[in-house]
Amino acid sequence: MRDVAVVGFAEAPSVRRTDATTNGVEMLVPIFHEVLADTGLSRTDIDFWCSGSSDYLAGRAFSFVSAVDAIGAFPPVMESHVEMDGAWALYEAWVKVLTGDADVALAYGFGKSSAGSLRRVLALQLDPYTVAPLWPDSVSIAALQARLGIEAGRWTERDMAEVVVRSRAAARTNPRAQLAGHVKADELLAEPYLADPLRAHDCAPITDGAAVVIIAAEGRAHEICDRPAWITGFEHRIDSGSLGSRDLLTSPSTVAAATAAGLHSVHVAELHAPFTHQEIVLRDALGLGDATRVSPSGGALSGNAMFAAGLARIGWAARQLLSGDASTALGHATSGPALQQNLVCVMEAR
Amino acid sequence: MKHRAAVLGTGQTHHRSKRPDVSIAGLCREAVDRALGDAGLELADIDAVVVGKAPDLFEGVMMPELYLADALGAVGKPLLRVHTAGSVGGATGNVAASLVQAGRHRRVLAVAFEKQSESNAMWALSIMPPFAMPLLAGAGGYFAPHVRSYIRRSGAPTDVGAMVAVKDRRNGALNPYAHLQQPDITLESVQASPMLWDPVRYDETCPSSDGACAVVIGDQAAAEASSGPVAWIRATSMRTEPTMFSGKDNVNPRAGADAAAALWAQAGITNPLEQIDVAEIYVPFSWFEPMWLENLGFAPPGQGWQFTQAGETEIGGAIPVNPSGGVLCSNPIGASGLLRFAESAMQVMGKAGQHQVAEARTALGHAYGGGSQYFSMWVVADTPD
Repeated sequence: MRDVAVVGFAEAPSVRRTDATTNGVEMLVPIFHEVLADTGLSRTDIDFWCSGSSDYLAGRAFSFVSAVDAIGAFPPVMESHVEMDGAWALYEAWVKVLTGDADVALAYGFGKSSAGSLRRVLALQLDPYTVAPLWPDSVSIAALQARLGIEAGRWTERDMAEVVVRSRAAARTNPRAQLAGHVKADELLAEPYLADPLRAHDCAPITDGAAVVIIAAEGRAHEICDRPAWITGFEHRIDSGSLGSRDLLTSPSTVAAATAAGLHSVHVAELHAPFTHQEIVLRDALGLGDATRVSPSGGALSGNAMFAAGLARIGWAARQLLSGDASTALGHATSGPALQQNLVCVMEAR
Repeated sequence: MKHRAAVLGTGQTHHRSKRPDVSIAGLCREAVDRALGDAGLELADIDAVVVGKAPDLFEGVMMPELYLADALGAVGKPLLRVHTAGSVGGATGNVAASLVQAGRHRRVLAVAFEKQSESNAMWALSIMPPFAMPLLAGAGGYFAPHVRSYIRRSGAPTDVGAMVAVKDRRNGALNPYAHLQQPDITLESVQASPMLWDPVRYDETCPSSDGACAVVIGDQAAAEASSGPVAWIRATSMRTEPTMFSGKDNVNPRAGADAAAALWAQAGITNPLEQIDVAEIYVPFSWFEPMWLENLGFAPPGQGWQFTQAGETEIGGAIPVNPSGGVLCSNPIGASGLLRFAESAMQVMGKAGQHQVAEARTALGHAYGGGSQYFSMWVVADTPD
């Protein structure tokens, strides 16, 4: 199998509301410029493009069609799109490079979460006949999961608040974070509930944003950067779509993906946990101990651009290797209600 | 570096305007069970699932593959959801093939569907996005000017479109799964049908269908272990260009021509007219048959209509096009591309029944989408190389 590495990453500022259109072009053009400048590549060096986005988030059919305008796709390009987080677009791109049809590939994801009522929009991901008509929104479902964990003695509201304390502190070094700063658990616990037992800070902010990652095959990767982030395992799995038939306190899909990816210990793990308690579930599922630095970017709690945040986690994990701050790293992405679908990308510097 | 891949089995639903007898999951499962049965496999034999469909607004369900994970046997497995506009069915086949070609999996299930009766496609397409031309009256209004442009450029006789419609609808009557069954259609009846978007008449237009298609793709070992015939995937290609730009040729788009050129090169085909025995081409409006014959390189620019007029695209002609009846007979949008891919495989597997092209050994599956800007294609054959 060909060795493939992440060689470039850029993300748009995570903001509560962008003036840009829902097709992502205004958020994507600057970060395409940035990542191409950083890697010294030009548009025509990219053999394969793949994007992740959602029509429902954009409130229109074919939103990704206009996003192609950000590429400047003429002469025509080899390109594909997934209706998923950009992390899965990166997976498709990685597979494309493995086949030998491409040596350098670019994956991007974008989402204007502010375009609608996000938690209600996400309710439409549920079984359309028996569940979605009840409109259980994404925050309420996460709250049920959090409540289960508290009742089972798996975590406390203070444990959840401590996740926020660490996330906001880490995000202070991330200039594109939406939420960052020094907060204290006691102060957080004095806040009112948003959806008992979740407080606003337990939920990732509503974020507009975009992210882009470039990968390259052996031979090309070292020409592009000094310290490529070599992908040693890239796997994803999905759990049942029926909430009632899942054990919401574990994440079998994360465990299965991590096992298949050959995950052992890593220096850094960037986790896509849109709710505080989900970070605890994920740390357990991934077997992360104290030796692993979790989400140095601040993670999804400091900015969660829908359909881009998972890809950005992989980008942030790779960045720790590209910069020489770590030699092993893990990027994780999630999708669907209550961590239904999970992806892990394990990387190392050599 | 690239591993061999082959179609082990195909399945599709009986396509209808409305399938109120099944849920979305039930519709997909109908196609999946037929594909698994055709391949002699069970869901447990599948390593990964790729789902394709057109815009989620067509059913009013956001990312329905999440809810479908159980019905598709995907729980605990990798599941990808592809969406490349109307070409998505083809892209679904190509992405599934790439998972095998990359050596990632042994057997992959590709599923594509559309259950248009769950929502309203006209509503879904009648949005007013900023900085883009609204579609308003759906795809026909968008594509009719391109057809008029083709007729003007090529000098084609105006009845060629009706000829395509007669041929495809009669072919569809040979296909028990086809939505429209019109064995008695005639040139006169097509020409007497109402004009929808000049020059596209009612009978020259694809229907709105509920339907699904599934294809099982396996690696060499899986293909060799298969008891029945398989269709070896000789080449795949995809190309994209923007919807609108200065110099865009909507009649003969560069993305389609580039995708075809890459496809033929990969498959070692130098003369598609000679070397392709049958083609399943995405023809949602009759005139796209001659247009795509030219775009794909079967005919020189401006001469595609001559093949249609001479009957060369009928079963038994020089290049039979859409013996299944094509998109003009069944259009479950997200599945329409995968149906083209599946039908091409069925031809080289010798499983096309009444619409089988004799001695079909090498076949083309083709799909396009968006504003004639997304193209996905594959070539399958009865031998690996």
